[in-house]
Order: sequence, then structure tokens, then C-alpha cells
Amino acid sequence: MTYRNPPTTPRKPATFDDYTLSEIRRAAATGIYDIRGGGAKRKLPHFDDLLVLGASISRYPLEGYRERCDTGVVLGSRHAKKPIELKIPITIAGMSFGSLSGPAKEALGRGATLSGTSTTTGDGGMTEEERGHSKTLVYQYLPSRYGMNPRDLRRADAIEVVVGQGAKPGGGGMLLGQKISDRVAEMRTLPKGIDQRSASRHPDWTGPDDLEIKILELREITDWEKPIYVKVGGARPYYDTALAVKSGADVVVIDGMQGGTAATQEVFIENVGQPTLACIRPAVQALQDLGMHRKVQLIISGGIRNGADVAKALALGVDAVSIGTAALVALGDNDPRWEADYNELGTTAGAYDDWHEGRDPAGITTQDPELMKRLDPIAAGRRLANYLKVMTLEAQTIARACGKNSLHNLEPEDLVALTIEAAAMAGVPLAGTNWIPGKNGF
Amino acid sequence: MPAINVSKALDQGHVQDQASRAFDLAEAPLRELNQALHNLTPGSNQTAWEVLNPKGSHSVAVGVDQPITIDVRGSVGYYCGGMNDGSTITVHGSAGPGVGENMMSGSIIVKGDASQYAGATGRGGLLVIEGNASSRCGISMKGIDIVVHGNIGHMSAFMAQSGNLVVLGDAGDALGDSIYEARLFVRGKVGSLGADCIAKEMRPEHLELLQGLLDRAGVTGVKAAEFKRYGSARTLYNFNIDNADAY
Repeated sequence: MTYRNPPTTPRKPATFDDYTLSEIRRAAATGIYDIRGGGAKRKLPHFDDLLVLGASISRYPLEGYRERCDTGVVLGSRHAKKPIELKIPITIAGMSFGSLSGPAKEALGRGATLSGTSTTTGDGGMTEEERGHSKTLVYQYLPSRYGMNPRDLRRADAIEVVVGQGAKPGGGGMLLGQKISDRVAEMRTLPKGIDQRSASRHPDWTGPDDLEIKILELREITDWEKPIYVKVGGARPYYDTALAVKSGADVVVIDGMQGGTAATQEVFIENVGQPTLACIRPAVQALQDLGMHRKVQLIISGGIRNGADVAKALALGVDAVSIGTAALVALGDNDPRWEADYNELGTTAGAYDDWHEGRDPAGITTQDPELMKRLDPIAAGRRLANYLKVMTLEAQTIARACGKNSLHNLEPEDLVALTIEAAAMAGVPLAGTNWIPGKNGF
Repeated sequence: MPAINVSKALDQGHVQDQASRAFDLAEAPLRELNQALHNLTPGSNQTAWEVLNPKGSHSVAVGVDQPITIDVRGSVGYYCGGMNDGSTITVHGSAGPGVGENMMSGSIIVKGDASQYAGATGRGGLLVIEGNASSRCGISMKGIDIVVHGNIGHMSAFMAQSGNLVVLGDAGDALGDSIYEARLFVRGKVGSLGADCIAKEMRPEHLELLQGLLDRAGVTGVKAAEFKRYGSARTLYNFNIDNADAY
């Protein structure tokens, strides 16, 4: 009788998982790194790792459907003659025309205006679709300066000096040639069909002292009327916030690494920057150390999905949040009804991220006239407005349960963390304890 | 521009008559100057302006959008004439970083030298620097014409997309790195050419274009044939891994 060893179950290595193996094969076959849109897909500490403490005896709740809970926010009250007043503390992040279709930009404008909030331009300049449909429009001043001109600067309600994005702090973009239509090429002063390599740094300033003078120039050109935002990718939030304040910003925008982008290297998106959750407390601390908390407003973005995220971010000390990816999903991005088309592209609804290729089945991140027709800007704008309304109601519900008559009265004491990591990053106690890891530093 | 009675200007912070107006930045704040320039409407008869005692002030005459003349009597700091759209600005001195940045139209003449990133991202109009310009001259230019009588520094015309850069003297290292469709004309030596920038043939249409730019910039005694033309090899327009060593 022979004895045979029982077979072991085949085991794939955790380090070389299926995705990693496919990436190695793809790189070997093509000789180029993967470029994609969107934000980090790896699991990161996030707002889900925090819980809100509702009121009971030590705190007194408000009636959910009867008592008022304010949601408004004023942005840019530090220097600007005309600060922005929004009805909700949720704004639409910058997404460029070129990356997005004209109807998609129009839909964002419609949805935001219905909801009493702002939209933001992006790397392709200002379009009539967007200006015409956005009651409040933030004009981005980007390193590439595509489409930048003083006339649009004056038509804007605020100016956002973009230093970086959460998906790629320190990185530029890559928009493949097939998306460069005649109109996009004209707006960006570039030959049609080339791959656009967006700059990673502003050509005419090199540091915080230059930025301060640059902001002065923008204020002079716009007669000190418009709020000036400074947006940075979440990497060194304490120092970047402090230097933005020093440079004269009215509003600081921090985009965590879950924040999306139109197109950049996968390896960059997944490995550079800090999670959104980790960026908030250092930024708030910088404002508090400078005596500027609530005087210079703080906006956080990067993976905000629902009213709980909004409530938790506000409790940690931000004045507003900004959404990009979630707004695109509300318009219809990655919708399962286009599943067959996604399958043809080798992916599935929910995973499609090759936005730079211009073949978006949902007709949102494309310049293809036929695909663009799939998006009805009026209906999509309505969906975005519905979504913003739901997020706001959700945040209000949570705030009332904490006894707050304004979303802005939420505070860190309303939160605990589920994990040591989240407790350390958010600066709130681990649930069931009074322990805040790293309380005396970060 | 008629002669200005400076002592009278000092008395009032500024003086004005039908056609000319002087601002003394030793007396009146920058904000007042720029606001007055922005308040101008088409057809205004205040077409000639003079800025006294700039003393290195930043953002002098930024965002002007009317066809007026502005004479700045002295040297300026950063971003003089930034985003100029139609006015003629003459700096009777030297200019700090970013003179004429993102200019749309009109012209800016710097009688002295210019610091870094002169004419950065400019979309139109003419920038003339009668002295030398520092590094990054014409960086990311998008349609502006720049004429430098002297030399320019390194990384000039980096990522230049459109427009013309004319240099009567020498250019520093990495000229035209990652250039798109801008044209560069250099009369003197070039330290080195940047990625994808090559010397190109000077055809009759280029000689004609260059001669026109020299004439507009008030350059005399210099012939277009003395220049070499540089531009994009267009090998990096579409990313190809085999070209990665060029970056």
C-alpha cells in the first residue's frame, strides 16, 4: 500500500495578488505604467472608522423633524468684499471641461444651483454651460493655466489657486490625445490630438513668498471682491495650511488621497499623499495655532459620500466639504444600466476608471458627441440636487441627535473611533476609552 | 504724454486733466491706482497715465482692459502689467518677476532688465524687454510675442505652447524644454536645448514674421537673417515609452 500526501489547497501570495500579477503582465506587455482616473481604491482609514455619539442625559438632543438645524456657511470672509454664502456646507469640486463633457458640466451647475451651493471649473477653463447654469462658480487658477483669462476671472464668484490634488500631490496630469476635440484644443491652445501633459507646478511662482504676491495680484485684478481659495493635496496639511494662511488665503481646501483626478498614474494615486481623515486635524490645528480657525475657512474633500461623512468632517473642525466622484455618480457615472458597455471595455459598472480614454458609456467623462447624448443635463442635475438634499438631511439628523442647532456646532467631542488608527488620525478617543493615541503630537 | 508737474501731483496724491492722469505711489496706495484703471470704460478720455515712485511695488497696473498708455517712472516688483488686455505699459526702469504674466493683448515695454518668468503663460500682445531677462522667460507662453534685446536665462519657453520668443543676445540652458508650437528665434548662443527642442530651418515666412516682430519692438540695425529658429521636434507629443529617456 502506497501512501500519498494529501494535496494542499493552492494558495496565491498576498503580496502578489491577482491584481498585482495582472499589472506586472500589463506593464511588461505595454512598457508604460497604467494611467487612470479616480482616487485611491485601496482601503484607507476613513470616516467609517468614526462613530457619532448621540445625546442622552449628559447631552440633550433636538427633535429630528421639528427643531431647526442650520446648514448655511459663509466662505471667504477674511479679506473678500463679496464672500460666498452657501445654503449647504457641501460644494462641488473642480472637474474640468475636457475631462467632462459640456452637458455634464451643465448638469453639475444645475444641481448645485438648485441646492444653493457652488461648482468649480477645472483645468479646461470656464465654459458657458457652466457659468450659465452655476449661480455660484469658483474659477480655478491652475499650474497649466489652460483657458485662463482676466475676463473669466471677473465673471467668477471666487478664485481657487490650485497647488495640488489629493490623488496626486506634486504631480501633473496626462490627458490622452483622443479626448482632445477641436473645442478642447482651442480652449487649451494646444494642437488637436496630442497627449496633454499638465504642469505639476505654477510657472510663475516658486514658494510661499511668491504665492503671497501672486494672491495679491489676483486680488488687485479682481478689486478685492472675490474670495481666494488655496487648494492643496493632502500631504503635509499642517504646514501647507499654515503657509496658505500666511499667503493670504481666505479659504484653504485640503484634498485627501481618496480624492479623484481625471488621469494620472495608478501607482501615484495609490501611494502618494495621506488619507482624507488624516488631513483634517493637522489642518484644523494649524488654523487654531494661528488664531484663524473659523476666520479662514477650511474645506475638506476626498471620498465624501453621505451625510455621516459630512457630519463627521464638520465635527472635526472643517467648515465645508467638497465632492467630486460622488457628484459624478449622482449624475449617472458607473451606472449599472450601462453594464454591457462597461463589459465591452473590459470592466464593470462601479470599477470603470479609464476616464481619460474618452469612451465613458455614461457620457459624462467624454467628448464623443454620441456618448454625450446619453446624459440629459436637466435630469442629471435633478439627481445631483436630490443627492445633495439627502446628504444634508442626513447630516442634520445626526447633528440634531447630538443636540446641535447648526451643523457647524458639531465638535470632536461628538465622536469616537473604532480603530486605534482612526483615533490617532482624527484625534478622538478610541470607543469605550478616553485614550487618544498621539494626543500630544501628530 | 505732456510733462507732469510732480510737486502738484505730490500735493494731491495725483493730478488729472482731460487726457492724462498721474499717480504717485509714494502718496496714493496701489489699490487706488488699480481701481482707477479698472473703473475706466470704453471711450474714456483718460487715455494717458503716469505712475510715479513705484519703488519696486508689486502688481502695478494689473488687469487693465482698456486701450490706454501707462508710463511707470521707475522699477517695479512682481507681476507688473499682469493679464494686461489692450493697454500699452512702459516701465522706465527694471521689472521684477512675472512682468506681463498671462497678458492677453496690448504691449509692455521694459526699458531695463526683467527678472524671472517674464511673460509667463501670456496669450497675446507684445512684451519687449530692452535689457536682459532672467530664467524662465516666456515659460508656458500661449500666444504672446516676446522680444528681448539682451540675454535670457535658463528654462526659458519651458512648455511654451504658442507665440514667438525673440532673443537678440544669448539664451541659457534647456531652452524650449517640452515645447509645443511656439517659435523661438535666438541671435546669439544657446546654452543647451531642452527636451524635444531642435534647431529648425529659417524659411521666408519666418524671416518675414521675425522682421515684423523686430520692427514692432523698435529694434534697428539687426537683420532677421542673423537669427536661428528653434521649435518642437514633436517627438514627445504622444507618449511613447521608447522616448522616456528624453524627459
